[in-house]
Amino acid sequence: MAMNRRFFLRGAALMGCSVAAHPLMSTVTLAQGGPGFGDNRLVVIILRGAMDGLDAVQPLADPLFATYRPTLGVDTGATDLDGYFALHKDLGGLNDLWAKGELGFAQAVSTPYRDKRSHFEGQDMLEAGTGMDVPLNKVKDGWLNRMVGAVPGMSAETAYAVGREALPLLDGAAPVRNWTPDLKLDLSAQSQLLLEQIYHDDPLFRDSATEAMELAAEMALGADNALPAPSDPAARKTADVDTLVDFAADRMKGATRIAAFSLSGWDTHRSQAGAIPQSFQKLERMILRLRDALGPDWGKTTVLAMTEFGRTVAENGTRGTDHGTGGLLITAGGAVRGGRVMGRWPGLDEAALYDRRDLMPTSDVRSWAGWAMRGLYGFDPALLERTIFPGMQLGDDPRLIL
Amino acid sequence: MTDPTTVAAMRFGYGLPLPQGAPTTPDAMLAALSGPDVAAKTWPGLGLAQVLGPRQNAEASRAAARALRDLADQHDAAREQYRTDLRVVNDQATRSAQVTFARAVGSPDGFRERLVAFWANHFTTVARFRLDGAMPSALVEDAIRPHVAGRFADMLRAATLHPSMITYLDQGLSIGPNSPIGLKRKRGLNENLARELIELHTIGVDGRYTQTDVRQMAELLTGVVFDASKGQVFDTKWAEPGAETVLGKTYAGDGEAPILEVLDDLAVRPETARHLAHKLAVHFVGDDPDPALVAVLAQSWEDSGGDLAAVYGALLDAPQAWDAPLTKARQPYDFLVASLRALGLGGEDMLDFADNPFKRMVLGPLKVMGQPWQTPRGPDGWPEVDTAWISPQGLAARISWAMTVPGRLVTPMPDPETFARNSLGPLAGERLLWAVERSESIREGVGLVLASPEFNRR
Repeated sequence: MAMNRRFFLRGAALMGCSVAAHPLMSTVTLAQGGPGFGDNRLVVIILRGAMDGLDAVQPLADPLFATYRPTLGVDTGATDLDGYFALHKDLGGLNDLWAKGELGFAQAVSTPYRDKRSHFEGQDMLEAGTGMDVPLNKVKDGWLNRMVGAVPGMSAETAYAVGREALPLLDGAAPVRNWTPDLKLDLSAQSQLLLEQIYHDDPLFRDSATEAMELAAEMALGADNALPAPSDPAARKTADVDTLVDFAADRMKGATRIAAFSLSGWDTHRSQAGAIPQSFQKLERMILRLRDALGPDWGKTTVLAMTEFGRTVAENGTRGTDHGTGGLLITAGGAVRGGRVMGRWPGLDEAALYDRRDLMPTSDVRSWAGWAMRGLYGFDPALLERTIFPGMQLGDDPRLIL
Repeated sequence: MTDPTTVAAMRFGYGLPLPQGAPTTPDAMLAALSGPDVAAKTWPGLGLAQVLGPRQNAEASRAAARALRDLADQHDAAREQYRTDLRVVNDQATRSAQVTFARAVGSPDGFRERLVAFWANHFTTVARFRLDGAMPSALVEDAIRPHVAGRFADMLRAATLHPSMITYLDQGLSIGPNSPIGLKRKRGLNENLARELIELHTIGVDGRYTQTDVRQMAELLTGVVFDASKGQVFDTKWAEPGAETVLGKTYAGDGEAPILEVLDDLAVRPETARHLAHKLAVHFVGDDPDPALVAVLAQSWEDSGGDLAAVYGALLDAPQAWDAPLTKARQPYDFLVASLRALGLGGEDMLDFADNPFKRMVLGPLKVMGQPWQTPRGPDGWPEVDTAWISPQGLAARISWAMTVPGRLVTPMPDPETFARNSLGPLAGERLLWAVERSESIREGVGLVLASPEFNRR
């Protein structure tokens, strides 16, 4: 019965069916030599709707780019990164990070998902972390949850899914928290007790309510140490981003080491030049606000922003782009070795494209995440390749983490 | 096992107490569906005929305001006109939301309203611009309601060609590259609608189709455009010349005929039958439905050529529809409708809401519960699985609403224990009745009932 999945998994974890019993657990070595996640923080941003990686990081040195994109690929005002690629102007606020080596990119990455180009399947696979060999409806947990579960001694505080939307990436057996900072729950002590009673026999309600009440109590008690609200109008547009990020940063200054967000607004089928700037601005804000709010902890933070697939190399008939294959991974944070556009660049010759229309994927986005986890937390390659990302091959070490 | 009347109310309607005259047996439910759409007559909605004019006015005054940008004295007046015109559109959008709630809360035929909501979600459209605010409801009014118990092919035609769909999935801008306009403007296809038509609306992502099918479908759909004064039109100047082959069949001919033909073919394909049989079973019966039930529904779809009344008949005849436990989570919209009904509010009350209270007590909370009105994240609509809704965030929002809003809506508040029995019947569990008796106030007692698992599952 579907309703029991989450309970069953959570319940199992609570009842002491510990993940430490996992046969591969003994191979885990932990970063910082201590138990748990040490001081390293990992933030995963799921960019829903298929971000156009070729607009974010534009191959301006390739003359073909402008021929594929007669409106989107010329006079873009992008800032040069490495003589070949240039950063979209609405991500210009990240140039400082690039200069400091705190921002990097991997071009032409993809999940194993191919051909149907469905957002919904694409996102499912991105979050499940599995390959084409497993039917998506059979995967009941997400890769970030499996990672959390692979470390003994973590608490529910370790990982947070932040925002109103579901983040299947963090669903699964390991206890994690889900919250959105704009919620209040004022209950009398008696109502709280009675609610606990009526939820007693329905595990989904019981677990969700318990978490909600705990968090609501903590939020009510916690001092408001968020950054001041922005005053300029441009920043007000990103106020929702700020609320989420401030909440997550506050948690990460405490016991939390893992946080995940969603950012939508990337499905730019038409008039992309007018539609994509606000999404880039939100992403930029998310990263910069995280840096500011984390303060000294930014140095131990890695941000991975990934999307379900890229978009067509050529612009379509409506000055937008359609669903593609190879896409872009963004890495940021004081812990990353940035200042580079990584990944094997397949080129834009028509014969080099996937299906003669999409950027050819040359690496598995999971392997980059895998190397980041190994760099941050010391996971064994076998655990990464079998448990966290079943069927993934790590390949050569891109030395993502400092 | 729960008695059939309670199952009919929970699984196929908006809960207890059953409205006066509510059909509760399969035969009566089907008979009501094949009869006139009483709810639409009682609480008339706004179709394209009503929303096109105001939309066009606002579009025109917006253009006028932009043109006068440099003339300070005239610009202000023009902008004021645009604001006034836009307010009409916004009011229509809110009115449509109220009408939707009125029918769901007030109609005795809950099954019809649930089916309309199901298909409205299946053919999700979102207003991406304020001008289009009243369009998604117009699609439901024009394309879903008239065909809700008719042929799926007719609903598919109406929904695919509705201006709200054309606008939402960018069809209005897709141009045949070799069409007169395409050659002149050097512009071309946008494959958004073509893809979702195949992937979401008909054969499903598990169907056997390729990128080439999507591309050919996109070419086939060119010419379908939205005209601000007339609605959907077919413009040959936009249409890709020549025949297209979709899923192995070639579609040739001029005008809209080949498009209607492909839609009719898609509507009755076995993959479509299976995809939608599964979706119906998931929505009404359980997140992981019995494959035998899905097979029965798919078979009735195929046998009847996609006659929806026949498929509903098969659903209501299936033992699983009455025996399977009530494990689905009510989505936030369903939760609010069921709560408002249980509190004794009727259809007229939904229309009598002033603008602000409706937003504050209904549409606002809907958003906090995770289901902002008519704005799912994508064209796939809302998720079904209970864990998507009964999250810590989502449940906290329901508890919060249950504890605070009913007291502002009804005076006096009902006696909590009676309320529990009336709104849950035999489903009210011992723990709930025990707790309700111990609540410190009537407000909290009613809140406990609405927040209970029994009330939030169906």
